[in-house]
Amino acid sequence: MRVIKDRQIVDDGWELLPADAEIPPSGDVIISVAAWNSDPLAHGERAGKVGVRLQSDELPEQIESLDRLPLIAIEFPKFADGRGYSNARLLRERFNYRGELRAVGEVLRDQLFYMARCGIDSFALKPGKDIEDALSAFEDFSVSYQAAADDERPLFRRVTR
Amino acid sequence: MYASRGEPRRRTPILKYPSLSNTQSCLMYQYDAYDQKIVEERARQFRGQVSRRLSGETTENEFKPLRLQNGLYMQLHAYMLRIAVPYGLMNSRQLRKLGHIARTYDRGYGHLTTRQNVQFNWPTLESIPKILDELAEVQMHAVQTSGNCIRNTTSDPFAGVAPDELEDPRPYCEIIRQWSTFHPEFAYLPRKFKIAVTGTPSHDRAAIRYHDIGVRIVKNAAGEHGFEIWAGGGLGRTPVIGKPIRAFIEYEHLLSYLEAILRVYNLHGRRDNKYKARIKILVNEMTPAKFTAAVEAEWLHLKDSALELTRAEIERIAKDFAPPAYETLEPVDLVGAELGKDRDYARWLKQNVQPHKVPGYKAVVLTFKEKENPPGDVSDTQFDAVADLADAFSFGHAVVTHTQNLVLRDVKVSDLPALYRRLVELDMATANYSLLTDIICCPGLDYCALANARAIPVALELNKRFDDMDYLHDIGPCSVKISGCINACGHHHIANIGILGINKQGEEAYQLTLGGHDSDSASIGRILGPAFDEAGVVDAVATVIEVYLAARSSEDETFLECYRRLGEKPFKEAVYAGD
Repeated sequence: MRVIKDRQIVDDGWELLPADAEIPPSGDVIISVAAWNSDPLAHGERAGKVGVRLQSDELPEQIESLDRLPLIAIEFPKFADGRGYSNARLLRERFNYRGELRAVGEVLRDQLFYMARCGIDSFALKPGKDIEDALSAFEDFSVSYQAAADDERPLFRRVTR
Repeated sequence: MYASRGEPRRRTPILKYPSLSNTQSCLMYQYDAYDQKIVEERARQFRGQVSRRLSGETTENEFKPLRLQNGLYMQLHAYMLRIAVPYGLMNSRQLRKLGHIARTYDRGYGHLTTRQNVQFNWPTLESIPKILDELAEVQMHAVQTSGNCIRNTTSDPFAGVAPDELEDPRPYCEIIRQWSTFHPEFAYLPRKFKIAVTGTPSHDRAAIRYHDIGVRIVKNAAGEHGFEIWAGGGLGRTPVIGKPIRAFIEYEHLLSYLEAILRVYNLHGRRDNKYKARIKILVNEMTPAKFTAAVEAEWLHLKDSALELTRAEIERIAKDFAPPAYETLEPVDLVGAELGKDRDYARWLKQNVQPHKVPGYKAVVLTFKEKENPPGDVSDTQFDAVADLADAFSFGHAVVTHTQNLVLRDVKVSDLPALYRRLVELDMATANYSLLTDIICCPGLDYCALANARAIPVALELNKRFDDMDYLHDIGPCSVKISGCINACGHHHIANIGILGINKQGEEAYQLTLGGHDSDSASIGRILGPAFDEAGVVDAVATVIEVYLAARSSEDETFLECYRRLGEKPFKEAVYAGD
């Protein structure tokens, strides 16, 4: 699947599994928090990587053994559901998560700038949307007032105003 | 009948006045290169969003939150564009720009809103990017004036000049404006979010108890200034008075504390039902104590972060709000002048001229509640005229009030006669500030797709019924607010006399509520009884006032005090006497 990763379009093989799906013995898969938490160590032994999908009504502290995860998918079930922005910042700023944070679900061009500021670095766009055009969303603003995951300093500490 | 809203409006003559030499002093926050860049990039971004909508790349459903966060709201007949006026403060250049927009892109008028903003009712979608470019030229924008995000921060319209003020709240309002503008975490909240700040702890003129967050500058036992924080207030379908959640927070922690509240709300506010999604519901469902504990726990993580405000940043912003070059004048007592022969002038002095902290100066309210004027509507030429008056008499600035009026903040007492004469020429001298006809009114079914009933015609009928100025002044302070549906944009719950438009078996009908109050002894009005038709509700208000005038203990007892003393019984009996 083509995704935006570190502001480039790449093909990757991560498969987002439904919550109750059986986990295949190989391949890179994204599984539910509950499935991961049931036995984080065992998942590490299969052939293929394992990531976790954090749904919008779940919180980062529910994920066990965070540092073993190469990828966490933050789910935006609807683009108007903004809980994922807080969850992304918490993962980056409070839990110091350094793996890949991927936005999945109803991910649209005009949300990418905010998502990136909150620490999300890969984006599985909603099917049917123009992924080339979406790349330019990161340039929407060259200045931001707030502290966020990309810079812990608000503008008044970044520059002399 | 109020149907010909789209026709050309009565023109107010444009008069030219000499400008004060010192109108160039800033008196309000001045954008630096960073602020300017952000509004220009916003205009560019929105131009792209509109073109993607027009090309079909974006669906209407996907476009909706984008346009809302840029103040573009679909009404009954057309788009409405709401322009942000941070804490209501504008300079004359901005006022003239609004006049120009009204003339060029609208039907010759704009509208003052209860969030101290200005909205236009008839722009086309294609014209919006151009309007945003024009606004950016005068340091204005339409950012976050609608949608489920942090809205325009409001404040006391007399901030900076009120004699009873502890500290000017506007620098903190501006700090909150910058923090909340394109905040990446809080752009898709469960519901809209409104913050108000007052610097006068002894007299709330910003209705902080009815905001998602209310901020009050207070002094602690050591004599230091800080903030008292209220949360969970709001109007709409379920009116709730906010709860004090923190008695004192040091100035440097303002942003970290707000961020903690917003994060708790963003993560835990309800998203299953838009009518239960405001923070007031979360605070009540969690209980204020548990909500406060959650905020405090979150804040402990944030309080020592780089969000901590620096004294330098506060001073950088506060210097732009430094007082103008006031002259040293003798204090002037207006009572003598009020006794003059010109009764209209005396009434205007008494009602629309408000106290000022500097001797020899007054704040003057221009009410936009004349007889046939929909409350809060301002024509293009009136915008220009107010700009000229501001330049001539008030250091080039004016403030929008949440009661849909404008204030000239810094008028010399010796200039009052000249200002008054010019206001009379302009038909803008109605002496009804905070009286019964100073009505707050939502657009109602004349404009709004949500409304059940028209609101503006009721306001105009009340204007007609209470057009005797002696009678109006005898009644004294009395707030009337009208909403065309239960979403309560006209704030009827917190009016002394509130009117709510409903749909009763397919007909427009109006409920009356009594006893609401928006300030320190906040209270929510109670429904008096069965609804009326349009004529009936105007009669009912007249009856309520007759009962008050007959029952008040003295001329000093206001309508609200009288209602609180007597309860609803005598009012109810009189209003429903014929039933």
